[in-house]
Amino acid sequence: MTSTNNIPVSVIGGYLGSGKTTLINQLLRNADGRKLAVLVNEFGALPIDADLIEAQSDTMISISGGCVCCSYGNDLIQALLEISKLESAPDHILIESSGVALPGAIAASVSINGNFEIAGIITVVDSELILEQASNEYIGDTIERQLGDSDIVLLNKCDLVDEVHLAYLESWLVEKARYATSVRVTYASLPNSIVLQDYVRDTRKQNISFNSHTNIFESQVIEFSKEYDANIVAQKLADPEFNLLRSKGFVPTPSGLQAIQTVGRRWSVTDAPPDAKPGVVVIAEKLNSKIHSLIRIFNDE
Amino acid sequence: MNPARPETTHVAVKDGQIIGTGTLCELKKWGEYKLDEQFSGKYLMPGLVEGHSHVMEGTLWRYTYCGYFDRKSPDGTLWAGLKNKEAVISRLKEAENLLEDSNAPLPGWQLDPIYFDNERLTREDLDNVSTTRAVGVLHASGHIMNVNSKALELAGMLKQGINHPGVPLGDDGLPTGELKGPDIMTPVGVFVGFDRDILACDESGLRDFGRLCVRAGVTTVTDLAARMSEEVANMMIRVTAEPSFPARVLAMRFFHGLTPDELIAHAISLRQRSTDRMRLGAIKIVADGSIQGFSARLRKPGYYNGAPNGLWYITPEHMSEIYEKALENNLLVHTHTNGDQATQLALDTLEKALKNYPARDHRFTLQHCQLADAAQFRKMAQLGMCVNLFANHHFYWGDEHYELTVGPERAEQMNACRTALDNSVPMGIHSDAPITPLGPLFTAWCAINRKTASNRILGEHERITVREALYAITLGAAYTLKLDDEIGSIEAGKCADFAVLEDDPLAATPDTIKDIRVWGTIQAGRIFSAVDI
Repeated sequence: MTSTNNIPVSVIGGYLGSGKTTLINQLLRNADGRKLAVLVNEFGALPIDADLIEAQSDTMISISGGCVCCSYGNDLIQALLEISKLESAPDHILIESSGVALPGAIAASVSINGNFEIAGIITVVDSELILEQASNEYIGDTIERQLGDSDIVLLNKCDLVDEVHLAYLESWLVEKARYATSVRVTYASLPNSIVLQDYVRDTRKQNISFNSHTNIFESQVIEFSKEYDANIVAQKLADPEFNLLRSKGFVPTPSGLQAIQTVGRRWSVTDAPPDAKPGVVVIAEKLNSKIHSLIRIFNDE
Repeated sequence: MNPARPETTHVAVKDGQIIGTGTLCELKKWGEYKLDEQFSGKYLMPGLVEGHSHVMEGTLWRYTYCGYFDRKSPDGTLWAGLKNKEAVISRLKEAENLLEDSNAPLPGWQLDPIYFDNERLTREDLDNVSTTRAVGVLHASGHIMNVNSKALELAGMLKQGINHPGVPLGDDGLPTGELKGPDIMTPVGVFVGFDRDILACDESGLRDFGRLCVRAGVTTVTDLAARMSEEVANMMIRVTAEPSFPARVLAMRFFHGLTPDELIAHAISLRQRSTDRMRLGAIKIVADGSIQGFSARLRKPGYYNGAPNGLWYITPEHMSEIYEKALENNLLVHTHTNGDQATQLALDTLEKALKNYPARDHRFTLQHCQLADAAQFRKMAQLGMCVNLFANHHFYWGDEHYELTVGPERAEQMNACRTALDNSVPMGIHSDAPITPLGPLFTAWCAINRKTASNRILGEHERITVREALYAITLGAAYTLKLDDEIGSIEAGKCADFAVLEDDPLAATPDTIKDIRVWGTIQAGRIFSAVDI
């Protein structure tokens, strides 16, 4: 069981040119007071938009809003520990994994350290190029392994391909990214809450605000009318049948409230803090009838 | 190696340079001279060149040697090989007894469980050495480490519920103490005394490595690869300039952690700082992992035991950008490719890069290149590439490759020295010290005989002759480093670099070449005896 004091870590993967950097800059722009730390493998190809940078040293870039960006070179864990010991510790860490790295291996290494917990592996794909990349003789199997590691796949640049192609990609991903929920985006744009699992003590106060071009996402709160086994609830919400992007909140159980989180097919159950209130927020690209009936089951039965 | 004077009785040396070879009578006309007869009963051959090693071996010798084979340390002590697990524990215990600081960690190196029927060293085994200090032993491959309970505890890993492919768990749900892969070795390694940047050497380690060179007859050695921080570069330039430092070191800048532009800029600035004994400016790329670690990238039919294909350490785009910029700036690039798919990527990438930057004499070299086939060697020749094959690997891991990793047929073709030479690919052979011991005469024996540790002759058709092997460990290696104009042969105008031998290398048979006794070296006219080093 992990402690709720752990710093959440998201791994952002995807091949060169897929839109990882755009995603990271979006997250920084919309950080809204949360302190994000971005770890990149290489410093030189500056991943941060110039207007966001406040100051820069050899080892760190300071970004407006208390965010930072560091490079991790050959020792990721050491870089994570250093960043977590900063005077103003980050609320969430994003690791940008390099083009041929396996994000699952990065997540496994990070989760061994007791100070961090994985909040999800997000893989950005270029909707136009992904099939070509996946059939490349050199990197094809690496791309497939990256997809297989993912919790959420962002079908980026979806405006550049037609509906038939997108529908094909989505069914292709059911097999290739078998643990992931996929979501269509343009300019790698989506609400921060989907990538960064907000830690909210009272889920009913949570406000997921979508800006105009990301209003495709929908969310709803599950109110529990009785006690459940938190593991079963979490497992259910991670079931591919519902294709939820994320869910998080607190489930009443016979032994008190427990916190659950899901991202794609990944789920976890931890102790709830003392002031938590029951309720779980679910986020999907579209709340379809299956999800509505699932919510009804928990609310009414 | 000098066609005009294949064998000679005298060599005239002035200011560290050879001014002539021949009879005393021929050389007398150079003018006033001092005849030095101290080597009259010995044999001088060109100073040996090791084209792929890591100077951090010098640092490793401060840790406890746990290898299976006998090996000499920099001070000349012969450390007996440890033939079973108990012997490893007992040597570590001896080392433990000598430690005064009760908190000091105890690092060991060069463990190779394949010689103990793959019986692994567990956390409990190492707890017999100490329960109060961290103990860790690095495997010979450099890719695995075994640690005791204290080390796991210090790293926060002595707990249940760890889910990591590189951390096997015991029946109790706790880690067994085996750690596979750098991701997981590095964070625990620091608690057992291994430096975070294990590629980097330190000052005394570099001096110790110089002593190993003298014992092996080596006058030019490589460091593949170094990150070359300002601090390390300054230290290496300073230490190699010391009058007592016996070798020339060529260090390659590791590509990792920099953008191609930064890498090229750093290599150019390092090149400008080169000194006679510290050659800088070349670049090292690592394309894939290791065959015995199943992380090398193989083409079909892949691994013999069905293991999934290995890992890339660079994207094709990244390799292409480095190749093009290096060609444009006349920088030498050596690329580690173990698997044949990694080799193919390097070939394809260079072929395209040469269309944009048609450099004539680039000498880009494939390092290890263990699984290349004849078609790939033909392609290397067409592209002007060189190769440095891992002859020693054949002896140490050939049986493993035969049984497990690539199977009999490809194991017999691996490190195909004969095919390389038959296709006119300039070739070196190497030890990859500390992975296997520095000693080009032994490396030559490996390439000549292709015997494995179990005495199997693996791939008779790929054997080379004694003469060819002697060429590979002198001029062959020098050519891959673009130093063949300065070193690698005994001829007028070249550096006065010699391996001083007690036995005649040209009289050596394929069997005896590894037993040639090394008296020491002469580097740029400076004499270093192995006994006194």
